[in-house]
Amino acid sequence: MKPILELKGITKRFPGVLANDKIDLTLKKGEIHALLGENGAGKSTLMNILYGLYDPDEGEIFVNGEKISVSSPRDAITRGIGMVHQHFMLVPVFTVTDNVMLGDETTRVGGFLDRKSPAARIREISDEYSLEVDPNSYVRDLPVGVQQRVEIIKLLYREADILILDEPTAVLTPQEVDELFTIMRSLVDNGKSIIFITHKLREVLTFADRITVIRGGKVVGTTTPKEANQNDLAAMMVGREVSLEVDKKPAQVKDKVLEVKDLVVLDDLNHVAVNKVSFDVHGGEILGIAGVQGNGQTELVKAITGLSHPTDGKMNLMKQDITRANPRKITEIGSAHIPEDRQQDGLVLTASIADNLVLNTYYLEPFAKNVLIQEDKVLENAESLIGKFDIRTPSALIPVGSLSGGNQQKVIVGREFSRPIKFLVAAQPTRGLDVGSIEYIHIRLLEKRDAGCAILLVSTELDEIMELSDRIAVMFEGEIIAVVDAEGATKEQIGLLMAGVVEA
Amino acid sequence: MSEKEKKQDTKKNNAGKIFLEELSKSPLTLTILAIFSGLLLGGLLVAVTSVEVYQAFDVSFWEGIKSGASAAWSTYEALFYGSVGNPGKIIDAIKGGQAEDIRRAFNPFFESLVVSTPYIFAGLAVALGFRAGLFNIGAEGQIYIGAVTTVIAALYLKGLPSIIHVPISLLAGFIGGGLWGFVPGLLKATTGGHEVINTIMMNYIAFRVSDYLLRGPLKNPEGYSPVSAPIEESARLFRFFDSPIRFHIGFFIALLVAYLVYLLLFKTTWGFTLRTVGANPRGAKYAGMNIMTSTIIAMVLSGGLAGLAGANEVLGVNHNLAVAFSSGYGFDAIALALLGKSNPIGVVLAAIMFGFLRNGAIQMQLSAGIPIDIISVLQAFILTFIAAPAIIRTIYRLKEPDMDLDAVTLRGWGGN
Repeated sequence: MKPILELKGITKRFPGVLANDKIDLTLKKGEIHALLGENGAGKSTLMNILYGLYDPDEGEIFVNGEKISVSSPRDAITRGIGMVHQHFMLVPVFTVTDNVMLGDETTRVGGFLDRKSPAARIREISDEYSLEVDPNSYVRDLPVGVQQRVEIIKLLYREADILILDEPTAVLTPQEVDELFTIMRSLVDNGKSIIFITHKLREVLTFADRITVIRGGKVVGTTTPKEANQNDLAAMMVGREVSLEVDKKPAQVKDKVLEVKDLVVLDDLNHVAVNKVSFDVHGGEILGIAGVQGNGQTELVKAITGLSHPTDGKMNLMKQDITRANPRKITEIGSAHIPEDRQQDGLVLTASIADNLVLNTYYLEPFAKNVLIQEDKVLENAESLIGKFDIRTPSALIPVGSLSGGNQQKVIVGREFSRPIKFLVAAQPTRGLDVGSIEYIHIRLLEKRDAGCAILLVSTELDEIMELSDRIAVMFEGEIIAVVDAEGATKEQIGLLMAGVVEA
Repeated sequence: MSEKEKKQDTKKNNAGKIFLEELSKSPLTLTILAIFSGLLLGGLLVAVTSVEVYQAFDVSFWEGIKSGASAAWSTYEALFYGSVGNPGKIIDAIKGGQAEDIRRAFNPFFESLVVSTPYIFAGLAVALGFRAGLFNIGAEGQIYIGAVTTVIAALYLKGLPSIIHVPISLLAGFIGGGLWGFVPGLLKATTGGHEVINTIMMNYIAFRVSDYLLRGPLKNPEGYSPVSAPIEESARLFRFFDSPIRFHIGFFIALLVAYLVYLLLFKTTWGFTLRTVGANPRGAKYAGMNIMTSTIIAMVLSGGLAGLAGANEVLGVNHNLAVAFSSGYGFDAIALALLGKSNPIGVVLAAIMFGFLRNGAIQMQLSAGIPIDIISVLQAFILTFIAAPAIIRTIYRLKEPDMDLDAVTLRGWGGN
């Protein structure tokens, strides 16, 4: 049987970069084909070519054996190729029907919108693939997982046969991920074919029929879940052996470092985001806070780091009251913070790497004498941290914004770890980073733990929480609904807790 | 050593190419080309607006081109004579040996520096605001209030030696302007009220306050026009030459202040804080900086610098305070800060350029009969090219620069 989609020798050059280098890819009818690669490997470029957003410099695209050229997304969709982007392209204040028909509206005589027949069609599609989407609900009221299904319906409505899903699991809870894969299965059973882009190894092995690994714009190889394991795939992605399981010694738990009692924090809209939360973090342990994005973790971290003040409750750090302390005071007690949003909070992108490396110590000796900045000391510090933390940059004086995400994160880690710290808040420390950088950050976190530092790790990546934590606290709707020992905890157990299900 | 040699080796064959590439990325190249293009377009404008050129085109195409070129040339010649001086006259005057003739011949150059001085102060004021993430549109009002407080100190303090009276009067100007900056700064820091709106409002208050004072309490009792009495001799800034050269020590004070602003911004922890708050307030908060204090201090300093521009005009040039004495220095200052990329050195250079253009324009109008407005258009051309560097890059096929370390983002609009 002819493959439904075939890419031959696709090459795309950007100034100074060969983003795609003679890429071949074959998609069989009715298969789930995973496209695996690190950030910047060229996955997105390839898919954007297929979707008509870029013109390839070389190469050919065949659909059902017929050579085609795709010059716009509209072209792609008429060829039966549709894409769900990582960031949804939905209008929140419109209904599902409005969103689905947007750009392809059906009208009645006189140019009036016809909502009835599209709604019926959406209901049909929803039933056929058991998507459970109500065409009349407003998108803003739908959970993220359902919004994603609306995106899929958009494609099915336009009769796409080839679905491209770009990092579809990044925004989902473990349960939603399972649901998504059930849906993907039912799609391929009904004759659709799927390419899904990811850098998560576990998912690929569980759900893909075939796997193509891309590195540095080239296809490294194509394999199947039967033939490969996580370590093989990681090595293919990164180009060297990667240890996925970090070597973790048993925790040497010391004195209490942070004590949080009945903390109440409001969000920007004055809603209660953190509701009477209490916990302790001890020296030498990592307390992981698990939870789906938006359950109060961000506000909790803000309060602990002094970026906002709680409305009720108490916090002690190293036996000092920090309930209403400002960030500088908290830093000076011996705390460090790897912020969730590294570009907004953690760095000044237009300032140099050297300046960013002293962002919260610039006023102290040796970087300043009275009010005069000691530039030579700032530069010395930068040179030393660039070496120690393996920050890849041609110079300490270029703006930090010109570094890659992984290297930006290393600047933050280098800065925060270079102080003698007793307590560390790491919020989403590896979000958006590639396998190599994740490994690096994980090793550094465990090193700090073993050195006796108390670490509060906040992450929506369950794997990360499971792997690094000594104890796991699960946050749901602003409350910590359970604290369990990481030893012996299962993914399913934590996953259920993240969804708010507490066993009776 | 060997590494260096290696580097040189690989670079040797294309050293010229690399040099050109670097040159084409340099922001200075961009500025120079923007000025050049502005002058070119300005010349074109002169040519297409002069009647003689059209008459010459009636004779022949070639005559028309020639006439256009000569019209543009004579404009810029007049501009040069007006701003720098007429070389012929200078030589004649030196040969003649008459002191007053020599002073007269050199006067255009010094007068340009006199005009540049308030531009330097005001440009620094706006640039410092930009660096701290604040859009100070209120420099003009701060200039007026600075001038008012200066004239009060310079009029009513009597019997002081110059060495004390001048600094006190300058300080009075700084305080007056600083107070006018403090109010919008405080509003921004405590209520989030936007400084753009509030500084504009403060401008109106400043204009009316100074009008009232000059028609009432500050008015010279011996005159009829709304002008203050002449200030005390002891408060006047030292002039280096006799009449007609008005060149005074204020120019050097401005350079010194520019250097101090540079030190403050780039060499002190205060400047580090101001710049961080300006570039990324959330990052600044994360790093433990106090954004409220930084905002207020930045507005006070910015206002104070603008106040010095007012003080300079009173103490160095006019020796009194008149209604509408400032011809929009505070508004031109915004352009200067942009032109100088909010860098004190850049601002000084831009201010001097503006001073020469403005002063030259007056002479140009007198001698070549070219309306002074052509200079405004010329400035507008140059600023447009600076503000939209893509135009210049396209015309001259320049390379896109690497990320600009000095980029000062204007967060002012769109809320933060």
